Amino acid sequence: MMPSGDRSAESGEGLNRPAENASLLEVENLRVTFGGTAAVRGISLKVEKGETHCLVGESGCGKSVTSLAVMGLLARGGKREAERLAFAGTDIRNYGEREMSRLRGDRMAMIFQEPMTSLNPAYTVGSQMTEVLRRHRGTPRAQAVDRAAELLGRVGITAPGLRLGQYPHQLSGGLRQRVMIAMALMCDPELLIADEPTTALDVTVQAQILRLLAGIQKELGLGILLITHDLGVVARIADRVSVMYAGEVVESGPTAELFGDPQHPYTRGLLTCIPVPGKVKRDEPLGSIPGIVPRIPPGYVGCAFRDRCPHAHAECSGEIPRRAAGPGHEVLCTLPAGWPEGRMGRQAA
Amino acid sequence: MVKFLLRRLTVAVLVALTVLTLSFLLTRLSGDLAISIAGPSATAQDVEIIRQAYGLNRPVYVQYLDWLFRAVQGDFGDSYFFRDRVSNLIGARLPITMTLGLVGLGLALIVALPLGIIAAVRENTWLDRTVMMVALVGQAMPSFWLGLILMVWLGLNLGLLPISGTGGPEYYVMPGIVLAFSAIPSLMRLTRSGMIEALSSDYIRTARAKGLSRLSILVKHGFRNAAIPVVSIAAVQLGFMLGGSIVIETVFAMHGVGYLAWESISKNDYPVVQAVVLVLALIYIALTLLADLLNAVLDPRLRTA
Repeated sequence: MMPSGDRSAESGEGLNRPAENASLLEVENLRVTFGGTAAVRGISLKVEKGETHCLVGESGCGKSVTSLAVMGLLARGGKREAERLAFAGTDIRNYGEREMSRLRGDRMAMIFQEPMTSLNPAYTVGSQMTEVLRRHRGTPRAQAVDRAAELLGRVGITAPGLRLGQYPHQLSGGLRQRVMIAMALMCDPELLIADEPTTALDVTVQAQILRLLAGIQKELGLGILLITHDLGVVARIADRVSVMYAGEVVESGPTAELFGDPQHPYTRGLLTCIPVPGKVKRDEPLGSIPGIVPRIPPGYVGCAFRDRCPHAHAECSGEIPRRAAGPGHEVLCTLPAGWPEGRMGRQAA
Repeated sequence: MVKFLLRRLTVAVLVALTVLTLSFLLTRLSGDLAISIAGPSATAQDVEIIRQAYGLNRPVYVQYLDWLFRAVQGDFGDSYFFRDRVSNLIGARLPITMTLGLVGLGLALIVALPLGIIAAVRENTWLDRTVMMVALVGQAMPSFWLGLILMVWLGLNLGLLPISGTGGPEYYVMPGIVLAFSAIPSLMRLTRSGMIEALSSDYIRTARAKGLSRLSILVKHGFRNAAIPVVSIAAVQLGFMLGGSIVIETVFAMHGVGYLAWESISKNDYPVVQAVVLVLALIYIALTLLADLLNAVLDPRLRTA
């Protein structure tokens, strides 16, 4: 580890040296292509220690691919490029499968959208949980079982001893997702990537799982990259938000800033899709954005949203500038601040 | 688990009873047994004597019950041709056939499983295509022909192995290879497709996200799930090898059950034919039961089904 407080050592620090003050996860200009399709087109985002960063967007916009690319779990045929991909200050762009597997499950963990199929049907909950600790720490079985039971209790599962001996098919979806979360926490990771962890669950269970994630984050101080398409979720637990559209982050900023002053037409469109009790009138249709996320060929220029955007104009087919829209708030749009008739809601800070 | 066991056992016993009945009926359906035993030159009086001697004059259900009662105790009567108890004949030859079958299956698994896994991991590469090509060729090759080729090559030209006969371990190598060759293609294809499916599943992604070693991902998490259909087919294949050993044992002149079946069919030796069919069928039933149990061990979901 770096000797903290020694300023001279810090000055000689290269890009690849872990720094005490480095962000937990730094992604700069990440690109992922599958054959002739650009799934992710130059995404940049940061997750600070102990922060929840939400990546929001419609299905097919590249959220999951982004998270899999960060974990090095892209399906065969996926090509990843980035200007920077650093975990806790260490560049992991050139890490091979062996080096990544040392990080995964240990310092960076991931949970998935499909709790029903993400656990191996052939092994007990206990066996699947303990193997993480045994692999990364060489912990003896008995101790690993204790740790697994403790974490099952922590994620709100009663009778952990019983559950450890059960098979996935004996558990409900909500329980399985709790098991996945507990399993991800086995090695006390610094970063947890959660790819739509509540999408496949009942609404009541969704709320429980989100509360659980928020609680765990506060308690353990881990950084969370939460992938979701649900802005209601974002508003409740995110510190920062990145809105993705067709493989790009079109707008990002601190949650309150972004929700209070959404700049991109797409973000505004998404926000009108959320029903708010009391605000949405009974007979008025909910907002929706017509069309679907287009398939983007490599080398595409201009705003990918322009075909669906009611405010599109000639400039939208050219290079789009990324402009500051507030403290830590950036937007990828040609429209000037305060369109269409002055800023909505509040003054620029 | 106990419930599962009981259910499988009950089914196995019922199937066995059906087979017993069928194998009894089979010999009675082919005409008057007494006439065919006596032969074409026998007089009506000879036929009547034979009918009396073998109890064929009794009502069919009495014959059936009598036969069933003895068969359950392992008594299949006397051979018409060999002048020996049928149970002795089969008892002496079954070990040869069983050994041959197990050698064949063992060889097949040793080759098919790793190749199937490799083909799946390297799906759609030249390696995968080569492996599948070999499987195709293997599937198309008649086993008696392969047996003859091996005899010429390994036996005559190189003089490495005995060409035919029954004896020590070296006598099992060539027939074992031939039997294995017939089982390898289906086992390999099944392993490959099972592994491809398993490797693309969500739980494998989870295993990778947990940072597990490549070996653990492939074998512990992947193959464990891909193995379930392979176990079922392996059991069927072994049954096939034991039943189909008629050809191989004849080609290599090994005095196993298959050879016995061939001899007794050509000699109209009904009690032996009947017993061979029965024993092979019972082995088949036992193998299926064993496969079911193995699968229940592999897949916990089957235990509650």
